[in-house]
Amino acid sequence: MIEVSNLSYAAGDTRILHDVSTRIEKGGITALIGPNGAGKSTLLHCLSGLETPSAGSVRIDGIDPLAVRPEERARVVALLQQSPVLVSRLSVRDLVSFGRWPHHQGRPKAEDRDMVERALTAFSLTDLAERTIATLSGGQRQRAFIAMTWAQDTPWMLLDEPLNALDPRHARDLMARLHGLSRDGARSIVIVLHDINAAAGWADHIVAMKDGRIVAQDTSHELLTEPTLREVFDTPFELLEHRGRKVVVAR
Amino acid sequence: MKAWLITLALLAALVVASLLIGVASMGDDPVWLMVVSRIPRTAAALLAGAGLALAGVVVQQVVQNRMVEPSFTGAPEASMLGLLAVMLLVPGMAVAGKMLVAAAAAMVGMLGYLALAARLPREDPMLLPIVGIVYGGVLGAVGVYIAWSADLMQSLGAWRLGEFSGVMIGRYEWLWAIAALAGLLYVIADRITILGLGETQARSLGLDYAQTRMLGLVVVSVITALVLVTVGAFPFVGLVAPNIVARWRGDNLRANLPLIAVGGGALLLAADVIGRIVRFPFEIPAATVIAVFGAAVFLWLLHAAPGRRHG
Repeated sequence: MIEVSNLSYAAGDTRILHDVSTRIEKGGITALIGPNGAGKSTLLHCLSGLETPSAGSVRIDGIDPLAVRPEERARVVALLQQSPVLVSRLSVRDLVSFGRWPHHQGRPKAEDRDMVERALTAFSLTDLAERTIATLSGGQRQRAFIAMTWAQDTPWMLLDEPLNALDPRHARDLMARLHGLSRDGARSIVIVLHDINAAAGWADHIVAMKDGRIVAQDTSHELLTEPTLREVFDTPFELLEHRGRKVVVAR
Repeated sequence: MKAWLITLALLAALVVASLLIGVASMGDDPVWLMVVSRIPRTAAALLAGAGLALAGVVVQQVVQNRMVEPSFTGAPEASMLGLLAVMLLVPGMAVAGKMLVAAAAAMVGMLGYLALAARLPREDPMLLPIVGIVYGGVLGAVGVYIAWSADLMQSLGAWRLGEFSGVMIGRYEWLWAIAALAGLLYVIADRITILGLGETQARSLGLDYAQTRMLGLVVVSVITALVLVTVGAFPFVGLVAPNIVARWRGDNLRANLPLIAVGGGALLLAADVIGRIVRFPFEIPAATVIAVFGAAVFLWLLHAAPGRRHG
């Protein structure tokens, strides 16, 4: 479980998170949704321990990510940022192998290599393993980075808008994989999503944010109601049901 | 394997050429000539080239930009300012002291560049090298002004235009420290590769980003100082060698650092040998040769599509 207590974050004079408190239960996919500038990404970075909040605290499975050694933290929580700056000429296998870094720090063991192969398989990258990241399409590239984060084998996996720049087919494919891979309960995924329907279709829980605060938090089915969405996004919606899933249309 | 065979064959040919080509006649005492002059000169070019190439790839990983190299970060110019200060304030300082001052000054220069770079938008990858060249130019101009006022233009000229004609036994041995630094870089090769994934990703993988980056910059500073004080500055080696290796063999430094080092050494040795041949029996500084060749490769990198897109 992730416990957030009275978390505030400010960049200079701009307060981005205001006294946020919440609990995120273990297992499945929890989506962070909300309008641009709601503080989703900042909250995610604070959860990972990579950003230091100006007040309040985070506990991941009882651990303060800011208090432990970096490699110890990296065995509990992994964060994938939005888009890497340098288009790497690392091979896919090398990139995914770096996911094992916190476990071996340069001396990979058999179990590390095994985990790399499993991550490559889980994200259908086996055939692309020797290709360099720079030669891949956007969708394949994103899959490779997520496979690296997956190989890190942390109980908590935090993904910052991984569907950015993915077409509908690749976005669906990625969410379906993450959904499938998180069913055994061993991994908990917290994911920032722009597309409400991606959250509606695949997330078990949704945390809705606005102006640096959590407005609502519930199971996807309970949370996705017109009044809540209207409040979060300041725009009217229409909700439809399709095969037991809610579909959200902005009016 | 193939990459290695080609590189080593090229290197062997260059070494033989470097040992055989020169103004002095082999006739009288060839062994003496080899030991005193030709072998030291060849070793100096190889070590300096290897060091500059390794420094280049470290800087590129730190700023996540393939178009940057140490001489685009103000490091050599800052180093020269440090050396000018030594000549003016403590003229009799021992070489070790000069090295230390030069390295510290290079570090300060680079940190200044990184502070500038942090404020630049990352969308256009060309901004980083351009700002670095301008920044180095400003530092260099300050150096010229000081040297001109203090009648030290000759020293400044020697630093700015690196060459190997003065290399003899007993006058280049500091460069062997580069071999030790190369060994250190090989030990931390994975960490340097992870730096290239960016601060967030590197830290998420549990790397102590700040510490690793600092260690990398210290190595770059020391290499810059060693090369500058011993044989002078050489542009482009740190840009060309890592880029050619990356295009050919990718970005995994654990696998490629040795090739980058050997490639940089071969490049600078080739420049030196060409400089000895072109106007025989006179010599053209290796820095001049590399500037012509390096500038051409730099332009090629600018226009080649993948280089343009890595921003």
